[in-house]
Amino acid sequence: MSVLDRRLLRETSLGLAHKLWRVSWLYVLLLCLLAGVGFAALYSVSGGSLTPYAGKHALRFAVSLVVMLAIAFTDIRFIARLSWLAYAGSLALLVLVLRIGHVGKGAERWIDIAGVQWQPSEMMKIALVMALAAYFRKATWERMGDPLFLLPPALMVAAPVALILKEPNLGTAVIVAAVGAAVFLAAGIRWWKVGLMLGLIGIAAPIGYAHLHAYQRARITTFLHPERDPLGAGYNIIQSKIALGAGGLWGQGFLHGTQGNLDFLPEKQTDFIFSMLAEEFGYVGSLAVLGLLALIVGGALAMALGCRHRYGRLLAVGIGMNFFMYVFVNVAMVTGAIPVGGVPLPLVSQGGSAMLMVMVGFGLLMSAWVHRDADFGDEPPSGV
Amino acid sequence: MKREDKGRGVFTRRVLLLGAGQLGVFGLLARRLYQVQVVEGARYATLARHNRISERLIAPLRGRLFDRSGVVLAGNLANWRALLIADQTPDIGATLDAFSSLIPLDQRERERILRELGRQRRFIPVLVEKSLDWQQMATLEVHAPDLPGILIDVGNTRVYPLAETMAHVVGYVAPPSQEEVAADPALALPGTRVGRAATEKFCEPTLRGEPGVAQLEVNAVGRVIREVSREDGVPGADIGLCIHSELQKLVAARLQNLSASAVVLDCRNGEVLAMVSSPSFDPNLFITGVSPEQWRSWNEDPLAPLTNKAVAGLYAPGSTFKPVVAMAGLEAHAVTLTEHINCPGYIDIGTSRFHCWKQGGHGPLDLRGAIKNSCDVYFYEVARRLGMDPMAAMAKRFGLGVPLGIELPEARTGFVPTREWWTAKGHTWNLGDTVVHGIGQGFLQLPPLALAVMVARVATGRAVLPHLVRTIGGTLQRGAHPEDWPSLDLTDRYLRAVREGMWEVVNAPGGTATIARLPLPGVQMAGKTGSAQVLHVTSAQYRHGFDSAKLPWKLRPHALFVAFAPANAPRYALSVVVEHGNAGPTVAGPLARDIMTDVLVLDPANAAAAASPAASPAGSGA
Repeated sequence: MSVLDRRLLRETSLGLAHKLWRVSWLYVLLLCLLAGVGFAALYSVSGGSLTPYAGKHALRFAVSLVVMLAIAFTDIRFIARLSWLAYAGSLALLVLVLRIGHVGKGAERWIDIAGVQWQPSEMMKIALVMALAAYFRKATWERMGDPLFLLPPALMVAAPVALILKEPNLGTAVIVAAVGAAVFLAAGIRWWKVGLMLGLIGIAAPIGYAHLHAYQRARITTFLHPERDPLGAGYNIIQSKIALGAGGLWGQGFLHGTQGNLDFLPEKQTDFIFSMLAEEFGYVGSLAVLGLLALIVGGALAMALGCRHRYGRLLAVGIGMNFFMYVFVNVAMVTGAIPVGGVPLPLVSQGGSAMLMVMVGFGLLMSAWVHRDADFGDEPPSGV
Repeated sequence: MKREDKGRGVFTRRVLLLGAGQLGVFGLLARRLYQVQVVEGARYATLARHNRISERLIAPLRGRLFDRSGVVLAGNLANWRALLIADQTPDIGATLDAFSSLIPLDQRERERILRELGRQRRFIPVLVEKSLDWQQMATLEVHAPDLPGILIDVGNTRVYPLAETMAHVVGYVAPPSQEEVAADPALALPGTRVGRAATEKFCEPTLRGEPGVAQLEVNAVGRVIREVSREDGVPGADIGLCIHSELQKLVAARLQNLSASAVVLDCRNGEVLAMVSSPSFDPNLFITGVSPEQWRSWNEDPLAPLTNKAVAGLYAPGSTFKPVVAMAGLEAHAVTLTEHINCPGYIDIGTSRFHCWKQGGHGPLDLRGAIKNSCDVYFYEVARRLGMDPMAAMAKRFGLGVPLGIELPEARTGFVPTREWWTAKGHTWNLGDTVVHGIGQGFLQLPPLALAVMVARVATGRAVLPHLVRTIGGTLQRGAHPEDWPSLDLTDRYLRAVREGMWEVVNAPGGTATIARLPLPGVQMAGKTGSAQVLHVTSAQYRHGFDSAKLPWKLRPHALFVAFAPANAPRYALSVVVEHGNAGPTVAGPLARDIMTDVLVLDPANAAAAASPAASPAGSGA
């Protein structure tokens, strides 16, 4: 740390020029690279054309990048104060979407705001991280041992998970729960409580399965036996695996994927875009994309470690976990390792509102990094 | 500071732990991808190729049917048809509504379409309208944007230009049944039809052809991107029938408004020149689909329009059987050409008295006179001398009660009884049973076609068999030449005597059918009348002046007439049966005269092969 940095440590605000200096442009570059991969994939999906996907994708990313940077320059302490508002608003939208949302693929998930379709569950992932970080930022190690102190944040996780399950969107509910769990873990929850939770989940899962919707159960059974109904529910997984296998080690070459270009791959511009890439660029290409995704996840954790205030640390862990869960569910899904969940690959899959929400998340992460030395003044020194 | 260190330390450890866990998961994903992409890659790559290339069978063009001079009897009409692919429309109902606003679809059709759509995979096209004319096709093309999922395609439909006239000879086609499709998957092709009746059914293997194979590059919804390769199938062979369609039309016109049938053979080679069963039906209705009401009305019609009475109608031959009895008697030396048998109007056999049709009797008659007058007593006596079995054997030599090999699945053999058959059923054969067969009654049941064969054999002395198929793929089939048919090995002068008797029936004064004398100069017809009783008439009724014309229609006897012409050089054989036509001479005689006049004027046997069917391009439609 330079002398200048040490002096700035006590400052309450930074100048714009200085903020520009403190932005991790390397991380921004990684995000741009990922969006570039998405652009190439969408260009290939439409048979080598900017329309209908690739051009829009580039435009949306440009807009989202501006939003991200704008958030990054916003003082993290101001953002921290908005945490509860964001959480309350997202929760309200989740309730609203159950009443007036659009039905898409058998689930009520979408809501219209300003002519754009939004998924309130996407907003909730970010808002939950913010709210949990705000709750835990003043927690001392001792308080983290108090079960009564842990009850309110547990309910904060449980409420949106229950609402999203009711939509019903199992995949997103699992992601929200996992993100919450990551923040709990980073905040210093005792290990035995983690063990207890895992035990409870182990008991609850079979009971939960009995209450799953028929289509969700069908996903699990076809995941176990995809060949049973090759043109029905198992079709997506089989076609995806065929595309992956057709890619082999080196791939069919850019724009030469047979399965994607002939429409065998279902939802290839959204959920199954990774299969499309894997067919054209082979296992080597898959590994490269996977590596890029791992760098972005790892970068978030590195920023968490470099942040001096707990709000920023927890926020960074949550945002990183959110992105990681997206990647895990999507890639595991297209390789047939877990049931199909309807989760896109962030920044690669086509889709405007999801991309914007992911970039808002990275904006918050970057704000925490830009303002990594900001003094909240009220965080206990013994906090986690 | 220590506590802060502890807190910080926990956070750092846990973040590193989380990071390690996430890295581990990435490692698992990489391993999973390695498994799917590299280890199992080859297998999935093969699956990918199968995914891309879809093999489709191409329906072969069905062989056509021609008459002997190249007139199309069953053709293929290339037509536009409208198909619907459920996968390509957001709303099937709306598409069908839009379609029927352009081309009306009735409720029944609409239900059929929805039913088929429900049965098929969503990307398999379903037939909406099978024959569109150019105007309708153009209308649909113009409105294509309003008709998502509608596809216009070229198909072939069967067409029968002569409709009712040829229905019983040509038959018709219909969609294959579930069992047939299971046995031969090529039949599952849209628009495939199989023969359901007559020649279409009998010659199905010849007409069907071999399906071709097209390799198509398709996308996931089954939509064809391009054709990779194409191997055209073998079209079904065209078949030339012996039928002379002009003669067929004239005969059909003669039988109009009757429940009747007529068969004209070339008696030198057995070629069927005309075969008419009246009333008839329009086979084209089977192409567009027969409504249940139509089907019921055909089946409930007492005149049985769907039945080819010429081959499937069975009648007692009546007096038309007498030439056979005469030949049997002569060949067995039971009677001679010169012997006169006295007819007092009846004959007593055992305890029963059998009456001649002529009250008071004919007096003494020789064989020719007996045929000329159709004397029952003469033939009772010959039958009595012969016994049943020699008569039955002679009947079979003349083609009665034996399979004739006609190319019609509907054909029935008929029945000529023997003593053995009757005793095997546990009855006793009496002499009375023998003598009633001497005049063609009793258990005898024969189709009109067999009677025509009989008269052809009497006229030529050759064992000709009737046949419809003349050429296959332009190649003349065996049987077209008289030499193809063996001699019956009957004594020529006996045959001549029987023919002379039949000549006298029509041409000599006092013959039973002088009404049937041809109005042509220098050409004469020989024939024999017959009437097949439907109701058993007792001798008591005969004594009281029985008149069958006063019976209800259904109970009146059938009127029969068999003939050949020219009498001095036989070329054409004819049999006519008018159901419930009452006495043979008055109804069937004039019909036979008129039909034979038509035959001799047209001379269809010599009009053969004026134009070869093979000369016209295949698949050029009707």
